Amino acid sequence: MKHLIDINDLSTQEIDEMIAVAGDIIEHPEKYCEKCKNKKLATLFYEPSTRTRLSFEAAMYELGGNVLGFSEATSSSVAKGESVSDTVRTVGAYADIIAMRHPKEGAPVAAIRRATVPLINAGDGGHNHPTQTLTDLLTISREKGRLDNMTVGLCGDLKFGRTVHSLINAMSRYEGIKFVLIAPDELRIPDYVREEVLEKNGIEYVETTDLEGSMPQLDILYMTRVQRERFFNEEDYMRLKDSYILTPDKLENAKEDLSILHPLPRVNEISVAVDDDPRAAYFRQVEYGKYIRMALILKLLEVK
Amino acid sequence: MIIGKIKDGIVLDHIQAGKGMDIYNLLNLSKLDCQVALIKNAESKKMGKKDILKIDRLIDMNLDVIGYVDPGVTVNYIEDGKLVKRKHLELPEEITGVIKCKNPRCITTIEQELPHVFRLVDREKKIYRCIYCETQGSNI
Repeated sequence: MKHLIDINDLSTQEIDEMIAVAGDIIEHPEKYCEKCKNKKLATLFYEPSTRTRLSFEAAMYELGGNVLGFSEATSSSVAKGESVSDTVRTVGAYADIIAMRHPKEGAPVAAIRRATVPLINAGDGGHNHPTQTLTDLLTISREKGRLDNMTVGLCGDLKFGRTVHSLINAMSRYEGIKFVLIAPDELRIPDYVREEVLEKNGIEYVETTDLEGSMPQLDILYMTRVQRERFFNEEDYMRLKDSYILTPDKLENAKEDLSILHPLPRVNEISVAVDDDPRAAYFRQVEYGKYIRMALILKLLEVK
Repeated sequence: MIIGKIKDGIVLDHIQAGKGMDIYNLLNLSKLDCQVALIKNAESKKMGKKDILKIDRLIDMNLDVIGYVDPGVTVNYIEDGKLVKRKHLELPEEITGVIKCKNPRCITTIEQELPHVFRLVDREKKIYRCIYCETQGSNI
């Protein structure tokens, strides 16, 4: 029985296989509409995350399966103090697979100690969110037709943005990847990502504060939000916030085939004026999220 | 200073000077009712100074704790006054219940019965990370 807690639980071959299955689902959805008939997915959401939960539910319904679960901790036995391990063991008697979101870091590792069915980490605090990373990888693969040999720009909050750390980790497995890390000094990539992932694997990268100047070399631009609460003082925030808001004029020198990604929800870091640009891939990314979750459910349930 | 030989027991030798008391405490040796000697700052050709712990009984001890605190320690098992086994320690791959995760966002903060487990991720730099939230463990 396999779980997905961290993107590193998957080999590159497994990721590539899931991307291929997701591609086949996109091309031939009718082949998959009854693959999970009579199977149930439990969505255990200890904190609200509507879009991730709906994505999992839509994925299971499109596979012909059913869904049960809760969307906040107050309505569950956890409110009575049950451990995640006990909850997951109990739910294993009702469902064939579990997707769990929890505000505490490492909750899924504790949960699988007694799990009897596969468990998918749908986000544990600011720690891991592997299905977002799979979504990002599928999006890049669909948009570019490959996952190797490209320059990936990551912009915004690179310090606290878990999706960024996880994507760097996953993309580092592929040949010829170069990262351009665009962030204010306050929100630069943490040392452990730089040392334990980039430098350890000999990955080429540059760090810069200049989004516009970096634009011409990028094949992918992954935007994240610079949040006011990350700054020590309002002055710094006001000075920097507009530099990391993507507007049509900042895209003037970008490549014709650039793809712009964002894990969403967006607040103001990408102007709505960019949405109609064919290079804006972030709403297509949402849809890819459903397809890769379908592929993941099939894999963990060992449905051929 | 002369401390007598032991007949059946354990000698922890080559402890880095100053770490003997940490090991004494972590192994809960104060709970034993047999003779226990802690020799601090003993002369050593190899180390200059070292600490030594002598326990006058063959007890089960958590070698991972010792290996984590000081991987250079040698564990000598004495039976009938003779050395019967010598173990050279190294940093353990995993330690349980030795250090606590200090990340306030870690699942261990709300689930009291979860064991605090750390895994070795960098032997050279002696870096351990919590198996749940991956926060780096701080030394004892």
